[in-house]
Amino acid sequence: MQDSYVTADGRTIGATVMEMKNITLRFGGVTAIKDISFDIREGEVRAIIGPNGAGKSSMLNVINGFYHPQEGEVWFHGKRRHAMKPHQIAKQGIARTFQNIALFKGMSTLDNIMTGRLTHMKSGLFSQTMWWGGAQAEEVANREIVEKVIHFLEIQAIRKTPVGRLPYGFQKRVELGRALAAEPKLLLLDEPMAGMNVEEKEDMSRFILDVNDEFGTTIVLIEHDMGVVMDIADRVVVMDYGKKIGDGTPDEVRNNQDVIDAYLGVAHD
Amino acid sequence: MSANFYYGIEVFLNGMMAGVLYSLVALGFVLIFKASGIFNYAQGVMALFAALTLVGFQNGQIPFSHLINAVFGTNIHHFGWHMPAILAIIFTLMVMILFAYLVEKYVLKHLVNQEPIILFMATIGLAYFMEGFGDLMWGADIKKLDVGIPQGGNVWLEENTAFLGGPDFYGFYLDNLDMWATVCAGLLVVSLVLFSQYTKTGRALRAVADDHQAALSVGISLRAIWVIVWSIAGFVALVAGIMWGSKSGVQFSLSLIELKALPVLMLGGFTSIPGAIVGGLIIGVGEKMFEFLIGVPFLGGATENWFAYMLALLFLVFRPQGLFGEKIIERV
Amino acid sequence: MLYREAGDFKTTYAKDQQTFPIAFDRWGYFLTIAFAVLVVPFILNDYWTNAVILPFLIYVIAALGLNILIGYCGQVSLGSGGFMAVGAYASYKLMTAFPELNIVFVILLSGGITALVGMLFGLPSLRIKGFYLAVATLAAQFFLVWLFNRVPWFYNNSASGQISAPERSLFGFAVTGANAHPATSYLFCLGFVFVMAWAARNMTRGANGRKWMAIRDMDIAAEIIGVDPLKAKLTAFGVSSFYIGISGALLFAVYLGAAEVGEAFGIEKSFLILFMVIIGGLGSIFGSFAGAAFMILMPVLLKNIMVGQMGWPTDLASHFQFVIVGGLIVIFLIVEPHGLAQLWRLAKEKLRLWPFPH
Repeated sequence: MQDSYVTADGRTIGATVMEMKNITLRFGGVTAIKDISFDIREGEVRAIIGPNGAGKSSMLNVINGFYHPQEGEVWFHGKRRHAMKPHQIAKQGIARTFQNIALFKGMSTLDNIMTGRLTHMKSGLFSQTMWWGGAQAEEVANREIVEKVIHFLEIQAIRKTPVGRLPYGFQKRVELGRALAAEPKLLLLDEPMAGMNVEEKEDMSRFILDVNDEFGTTIVLIEHDMGVVMDIADRVVVMDYGKKIGDGTPDEVRNNQDVIDAYLGVAHD
Repeated sequence: MSANFYYGIEVFLNGMMAGVLYSLVALGFVLIFKASGIFNYAQGVMALFAALTLVGFQNGQIPFSHLINAVFGTNIHHFGWHMPAILAIIFTLMVMILFAYLVEKYVLKHLVNQEPIILFMATIGLAYFMEGFGDLMWGADIKKLDVGIPQGGNVWLEENTAFLGGPDFYGFYLDNLDMWATVCAGLLVVSLVLFSQYTKTGRALRAVADDHQAALSVGISLRAIWVIVWSIAGFVALVAGIMWGSKSGVQFSLSLIELKALPVLMLGGFTSIPGAIVGGLIIGVGEKMFEFLIGVPFLGGATENWFAYMLALLFLVFRPQGLFGEKIIERV
Repeated sequence: MLYREAGDFKTTYAKDQQTFPIAFDRWGYFLTIAFAVLVVPFILNDYWTNAVILPFLIYVIAALGLNILIGYCGQVSLGSGGFMAVGAYASYKLMTAFPELNIVFVILLSGGITALVGMLFGLPSLRIKGFYLAVATLAAQFFLVWLFNRVPWFYNNSASGQISAPERSLFGFAVTGANAHPATSYLFCLGFVFVMAWAARNMTRGANGRKWMAIRDMDIAAEIIGVDPLKAKLTAFGVSSFYIGISGALLFAVYLGAAEVGEAFGIEKSFLILFMVIIGGLGSIFGSFAGAAFMILMPVLLKNIMVGQMGWPTDLASHFQFVIVGGLIVIFLIVEPHGLAQLWRLAKEKLRLWPFPH
């Protein structure tokens, strides 16, 4: 356990909030994750990097409870986490985005982001059927919160557009909005910059940093763009073929020979 | 051994034979599903239509005679000839191939990228259409179908097994038609398996079933494959139509027989040919034995209407992909 | 120029979420309700009531229910006929066992019983998806029909196996039985339709509707963002069966008067309601109305034209009906998989711009 400290740009990084201990994950004959341990500290931006097929998305799926590791433990807020259903884990304050966008294609941007509020909306079926009264008031209150997210991500113009019609970059933004609307304590981002051009990446990086800065949300992200990772991550985990080959600050990892051999390579002059 | 034991065996044998027929019917579904991802609800009506067309050709019926008579006030019904069974079967097969071609051109082609449920509902629409069309073309009255397959209990078998089981057992009573149907269906199943595994077209079929895009990229014509598959399914429907039509006459209820294939598919998986075979046998034997052992003595009979579904349902709950289907791994 | 929103700005989120945001629509809705309540009871005659209006109202309720299950929650069910039977038989047993029970309660309780049965048969939906689920619901359909045929308790041991509805009244007017006046039956059913359509609208417009639609669109993602799939799917089955059960009870008690399970609630019923939902438009309240109207009106119109005017025999007309229904379904699915509701929406969008081109 480490004490909290303040970074160079004024953010406070707290104590360990989640720990992965000796996680091993198998699918039939394939071992996707082999005995990996690392920790995540409150308020930090933790990156997971590595070549394709290293098991990064599977790791994220273990964190949010979608996959259950055959061996190892997940510790959340100092307590061992037992196998829970994904929707119960969502209620604990973990939200995520997906590598291949998982938006609800039949709904508009607004409705998609409103689904992010579902863990906070309590009115039952009967109240919903009666609508005028409790359910409507709750709907309006949550709409206000969602509108703040929409404002933050600058997507007001596409509020009512069915998400299936949006260009790829906007879909990724809406998906981020859905995750943010849940007001999560831990935000998992699976390749949030994939398929984006330089400007879109800058926008996305700015959003991620703002979220971390303003709300103190802990962020774990999988990313291939090394420039982005070096810029915004506090600490990095490097995976290769299911094993951990590096763990530390971006500078430490950049100079780690194993990481260079497996993934980063050396600049040829 | 008591007579009941041997009656039990008779029920078992009947179940196996019914099972082979179910397998054949299920195969029609599996082929189309494998090749195009469509669950063809119209398979049953295709069997009915094939049987109607066969009888129509055999008896020299004039197509749409009822309609023509109503519109023009005429009173025509038959051409006056009688076609031999073999010729009628060949002509009917050609009609089914034409049908396959038309379905591909006017329905399948336009629904290529839709979700499976839309495709399924399109086949329901197709089923209704074919039913009305078949009735308009050949009339909705019950028709007798006779292509020369011997019917009635097999006397030789009965007499020669009566010695088993004591004085209360009169020998295995198995219907000739059922035995012929089993043999035909069995041959067809084997040839379909061989076709799928060892011929070039069969391989193309399996490629298409796996991945449409990839198959296209190696030069396989999706449309040609679909016409072939629907034609084979049409042939399977014809055989099923002949078998069942010979037994109970050609009428609307024929199309419901195909619904029996559904539990078979649920058990065996929608994409597996061996699954259709094994599933068919399990359902055939299962439902007859259940009716014999529990249905008639305790539940008032007629359990065959639903037993197969319940069995399949229970199975699915514990193994959602069926016996042989591919295991569904969800990925995000 | 008539149908426009220019200058109509919504200033509260509540106004933004209205069912009828455009004033013209709102007026249209009020006028339709007024017409339905104040004018129709006095102008309807026996034939139209029985052939078109009563079945329309009754099947609208079933279509709403099935639309909630398939259109909003994405769970395919082919068992609607069987569930209508549950509603009908439940109402029969309640009416015969508790003669003093008010008919409104009988209908509501029948719906409730059907909801429980529906949730039971909906349990497999947690493991089985898509087609497999559709086929599993067929199991429910066949089993239920067999059950009501075979177990004499359900039809009070009557020799014919038929059930018939005893007379019941509301506020002094006979609603079921031979003495019921068509106007009273109409208003009774209309009342149910009004309440249940609004209930359906409210259930699908807020958080609950979003839970269902999330399960429909991508159930894994829905689960990960916090939707409990068990609760969502079972409530969809429960609510949908409630509606279908009420529809079945009304069909039996108010419309048919007497029923035999094989004819009245067989698989053709399941398909009829399914077609209403598809042609009307999945995931649309209006679509349920449009689809029900279409599937009820079309056979009547066809019969009137073919038999009445062209003098064709009735069996020919019914064969044609199959051809046309089947053909239309295929055409709809090709041209507009989102049904009449989508066509209506597109028409309204064009109307909003008219007379300008864009």
